[in-house]
Amino acid sequence: MIQLIAQTFVNGINVGALYGLAAVGLSLTFGVMKILNVGHGEFLMVGGYLAFWMLRLFGVDPFLGLPLIVAALFLLGIISYRLFFATLASFPEEVKVKNSLLVGFGLFLVFPQIARLLWTGDERAITPFYSGGSFPFLGVRIATVPLAGLAVTVILILALHLFLKRTYFGKAVRGTSENWKAAKLMGINVNRTYMITFGIGTAIAGVAGILVGLTQSISPDVGMEWTLKALIVVVLAGIGSVGGAFFAGLILGVLEAVGAIFMGPYTVALGLVIFLVILMFRPQGLFGKA
Amino acid sequence: MTVNQRIWINAIIIVLLMTVPLLIKRTDLITWFTYTLLYISLAQSWNLIGGYTGQQNLGHAAFFGIGALCTRFLWLYGLPLPLALVTGAVAATIFAVIIGFPAFRLKGVYFIIGTLVLAEILKIIFFTVLPHASVLPSKILNTYSLTPRYYLSLLMAVITVAVVYWISRSRLGLGLMSIREDEDAAEAAGVNTLRYKLTAFLISTFFAGMAGGVYAYFAAAALPGEMFSAVWTFDAVIIVFVGGVGTILGPIIGSVFFVLLQQLLSLYLPAGSHVLVFGILFIVVVLYLPGGLIGLMTRLRQLSPQKESDQIAA
Repeated sequence: MIQLIAQTFVNGINVGALYGLAAVGLSLTFGVMKILNVGHGEFLMVGGYLAFWMLRLFGVDPFLGLPLIVAALFLLGIISYRLFFATLASFPEEVKVKNSLLVGFGLFLVFPQIARLLWTGDERAITPFYSGGSFPFLGVRIATVPLAGLAVTVILILALHLFLKRTYFGKAVRGTSENWKAAKLMGINVNRTYMITFGIGTAIAGVAGILVGLTQSISPDVGMEWTLKALIVVVLAGIGSVGGAFFAGLILGVLEAVGAIFMGPYTVALGLVIFLVILMFRPQGLFGKA
Repeated sequence: MTVNQRIWINAIIIVLLMTVPLLIKRTDLITWFTYTLLYISLAQSWNLIGGYTGQQNLGHAAFFGIGALCTRFLWLYGLPLPLALVTGAVAATIFAVIIGFPAFRLKGVYFIIGTLVLAEILKIIFFTVLPHASVLPSKILNTYSLTPRYYLSLLMAVITVAVVYWISRSRLGLGLMSIREDEDAAEAAGVNTLRYKLTAFLISTFFAGMAGGVYAYFAAAALPGEMFSAVWTFDAVIIVFVGGVGTILGPIIGSVFFVLLQQLLSLYLPAGSHVLVFGILFIVVVLYLPGGLIGLMTRLRQLSPQKESDQIAA
């Protein structure tokens, strides 16, 4: 019994860390730029497919190729920002959020179709030679790949946290998120800050995509599912909180793992119901301040 | 154009559409027409809440699904079709009453996401509760004919367009548009915004449920979960935006264009490629062309030859 509980927790944390990672990028762009990109999951999907290609075509290990994918997704993010979101930057906040949601919705329509042309509609998994390995630890089976993924996630989130808190550019990002007009008057290049922030968000989504491909599977339509998960986590955590998003992700992962025992196929709806309830009664999130 | 001319043109178009099954015998073409008309009903019903009122409801599929499911089962259990259709639409509206009050507590972007999530929850539930496809019984399949399905979808399209047109010209319509432009200002000017939004929501969902019912009568086989698929919402939204959001003609032109592109592209490219084209058009419309195709046409018409030469000179 205790073993079952412990195993459920371990599984939940593995999945939850992924939820957190998928949500961090969304939370960052929403918090800093007031851009709600519902196409966020599509970048995750692209990252997963790129890692799949790297392993299948060139035999590059997904963990070793991670920096390459980060670079590629960062570039993709910057291009997407310039093409689709830059024109919204100067709109008043409410209009900006609404239009960015619609543009993101457009990306969500376009990306799966491109992916279907490039990679067909099949579900793909990234399977290096060591995938599927696991070891026992205190009576619980720990799978190696998710453990490595958890390590990558924690490192990445810590790095992002330090980047935002300790560097000069991080200060610019935080300043811009609080008041972009004041930031501009202080000599911060708001446009460049926005662009790079968006790039960082998509790069993190790409890493999440690699881990999703390693531990689950990637298909052209996987984006929507992950966008919804990320949205649930962002709303749980309160908008714009990086650390909060990670912990909220863990909570959702464990909740779903426990829920799966009792609710079976309805578990997916569990997170969505929590989302609606929080939206109704505590729109600032569980960890956010009123 | 005078009002009289307009009525005549509309009457001629409707009569022409009524003769379609008499003149055309190819079933694939009639299926195209039926789908186009179905999309007109669905898109126009979304247009009322998403276009005129500016409350982009991304949960439209939920109401389409409820209408489809109710109509389907009641009809197959032997209820006369018109009664089943109305019951389905009323069921969708009742659901809208239940979720309308909490949903409109959410403002702007949260309303959009909240409704999307709501429809997803319903989809998950119905995929799990009713996992098997509902296939028409052989008694109905043996006598299955496209003609009544075509006429039903034509009737629904005409009713939906007429009602939305009438609302857009009424006091209600003006109130809705004032909410779209500035909700606080509308409230200050004496518009009971919650009541107006709810009214628009209920009418919109009634017709979404009705469109669902038409689909339930039309489809030979359908998965109950598929009736709640978010694709119904997305198709309606892109049709309205690409055609021209908040206009009567927009959803009509958008639907024609959508089905045409869907059918033509499916000849050469993998299924779904029309969504790629429409997705790109959608982004272009949101960013650079807020009026959609209708807006583009009026803009081109305004550029009379004289003005055009002026522009070139400038």
